[in-house]
Amino acid sequence: MYVYDEHDRKMAAERVAQFRDQTQRALAGELEEDEFLPLRLQNGLYIQRLAPMLRICVPYGMLRSVQLRRLARITRDYDKNYAHFTTRQNVQLNWPAVENVPDILAELAEVEMHANQTSGNCIRNTTTDQFAGVQADEIADPRPYCEIIRQWSTFHPEFAYLPRKFKVAVNASEKTDRAAIQVHDIGLQIVRNDAGELGFRVHVGGGLGRTPMVAPVIREFLPELDLLTYLEAVLRVYNRYGRRDNKFKARIKILVKALTPEGFAEKVESEWAHIKDSPTRLTPEAIERIRSYFTEPDYAELDNATQLLAQQRFENRAFDKWLQHNIDTHKKPGYAIVSLTMKETGTPPGDVTDQQFEQIADLADEYSFGEARVTHHQNVVLADVRQDRLLELWQQLGPMGFGTANLHTLTDIICCPGGDFCALANAKSIPVAEAIQRRFDDLDFLYDLGNIDLNISGCMNACGHHHVGNIGVLGVDKKGQEFYQVSLGGASQHDASIGKILGPSFAQDDMPDVIAKIIDVYVDTRTEEESFLDTYRRVGITPFKERVYA
Amino acid sequence: MPDIIFQDGSIRQNQWVVVFRPESGEPLDIPEQRQVLIPADLWVANRERYAGNENVGVWLDSHDEPETLANHVNELPLIAVNFPKFSDGRGYSIARLLRERFGYKNELRAIGDVLLDQLQFMKRCGFDTYELRPDKDIRKAVKSLNFFSQGYQAATDTDLPLFRRRAS
Repeated sequence: MYVYDEHDRKMAAERVAQFRDQTQRALAGELEEDEFLPLRLQNGLYIQRLAPMLRICVPYGMLRSVQLRRLARITRDYDKNYAHFTTRQNVQLNWPAVENVPDILAELAEVEMHANQTSGNCIRNTTTDQFAGVQADEIADPRPYCEIIRQWSTFHPEFAYLPRKFKVAVNASEKTDRAAIQVHDIGLQIVRNDAGELGFRVHVGGGLGRTPMVAPVIREFLPELDLLTYLEAVLRVYNRYGRRDNKFKARIKILVKALTPEGFAEKVESEWAHIKDSPTRLTPEAIERIRSYFTEPDYAELDNATQLLAQQRFENRAFDKWLQHNIDTHKKPGYAIVSLTMKETGTPPGDVTDQQFEQIADLADEYSFGEARVTHHQNVVLADVRQDRLLELWQQLGPMGFGTANLHTLTDIICCPGGDFCALANAKSIPVAEAIQRRFDDLDFLYDLGNIDLNISGCMNACGHHHVGNIGVLGVDKKGQEFYQVSLGGASQHDASIGKILGPSFAQDDMPDVIAKIIDVYVDTRTEEESFLDTYRRVGITPFKERVYA
Repeated sequence: MPDIIFQDGSIRQNQWVVVFRPESGEPLDIPEQRQVLIPADLWVANRERYAGNENVGVWLDSHDEPETLANHVNELPLIAVNFPKFSDGRGYSIARLLRERFGYKNELRAIGDVLLDQLQFMKRCGFDTYELRPDKDIRKAVKSLNFFSQGYQAATDTDLPLFRRRAS
């Protein structure tokens, strides 16, 4: 994992001092609310419905145990003993006091954390696959590039006041895309060209929100050394020509659409031609230096524990189910990737208590070289667990609330904080998630249904990524009443697509029944090998519509 | 006229008058005996008359294209860039283009909704003078210009991004 040097430490400290000064001036009335707004947003601080909300950055989802313990302490000292994992691999505090935020940021800086640019119209946290570095089929570890982008985008003097927020994601495998790069402002797919050189396929102009769009490719191959100059060219074109007259048309996707992807690409290329050989061009040494922080941990030379696991599975059916669902294949023999689900029924998806932070820290220290990762699905990954210790690990998870073996199933719901917390929300989202989880409490039935992404957003801003859920739920406000619109057929991986709206919206109480009817149609019409998405793509929306509105 | 902040934080009296765009059909109303900043496109259209005149500079609005001045930038004693609203970030790109692409050497000034907390970004993008909004405390400018001792990126103020400085 990346470790700060004296430069990073100094800038982090200067940032805290700067925000302390800004907060004091705001509280003293020297800064108008609209002047303080972008300053606090770029330090992660929202003023919310019930209280401020602080979004803490977890660069590309990676956390060390010391950082987890610090987060636990912060939730105890400054908040109500819990926090929330977001769909962009960050952590949110729900109840900090504005005047305490500089102190919280200082505590974070001590463990090399920050809340820089987690909100506001600037370049946000760069996200990636939670299995980076441990999956067998990745072309190169994406994390060094994420860190390079993090440093380049941090306090970038030209791009702090963009037309709108700007999100970059990097993916490293040609088979999977756990980072959902095609619904980002820039999606970078690591590729090798015919000559075997590393580079990126560049997607620009994806996004959710009011106008969901899958990002077109604007460059098939960008050599890795050109990463930053090319990003600078894209951002400069966006900063100059993105719309600023209408907040709902200000994302880069609107500009790309207006110019057409070809027209946009041309503008970027002509800007890039001027700066591609500037000092911002990366050097092999610079990449190597960052890469050296992401070397393999000290793995033991092991064989796969196939026989032992077979025996343990035979003796313990629940362990068997958990292995089937919450474990992924590790590139190193004898190791496994473990997903801890933060989706226990009755707990808001992604919520984590101070005690749980510490438990994750302890588990990370004991089983996974002291590191853990936050996922886009609001779960936590221990990436380097010895197979012969899986049973022992699993036995501890149940009491901690991480053991629900529902990864990728219908109840592994992505869900924004919704109207219970968020000032933007039109409707609550957490109670809907909970009602659905309660309705589908039979794990065997969930396994039989296979992988289904159910995503819930409390408003158009789509923090719960409802557009790309196989089943998407969007909270809407109708004359002061909360209703829910359902869409089907969204997908966020390499086959990304935007879901189609089923029809008129539903009352909150009807939602479990609506989902149940949708599931019934799938069960009745699927062929043996079909996932929910396959069936939907084959039969279309009509049979679902007929059943739900019958 | 409000005072002007220089990059080193020093404060001097402003000598330049911004001349706003006249209504269409009206002539440009240039005050006598003053140093003036006129809309950039009007300077371009009358370049033969103004070029080399030490008392006539231009101002660009945030939607103006600095490309229109491209080869003539150094015929100007001063270019100002207007920030109609401090949250409109186009002026930062305009400044870098003037400096880094077109090689502008003379004074580059930020005008309009110029507040304290953006000064260091402006400095990094090549602005060397700042006309702070009059209700802001000009004595706090030095601090705001120097919140950070360095940056990660190359910009107008340095050719060397941190990754190159680390290597040396």
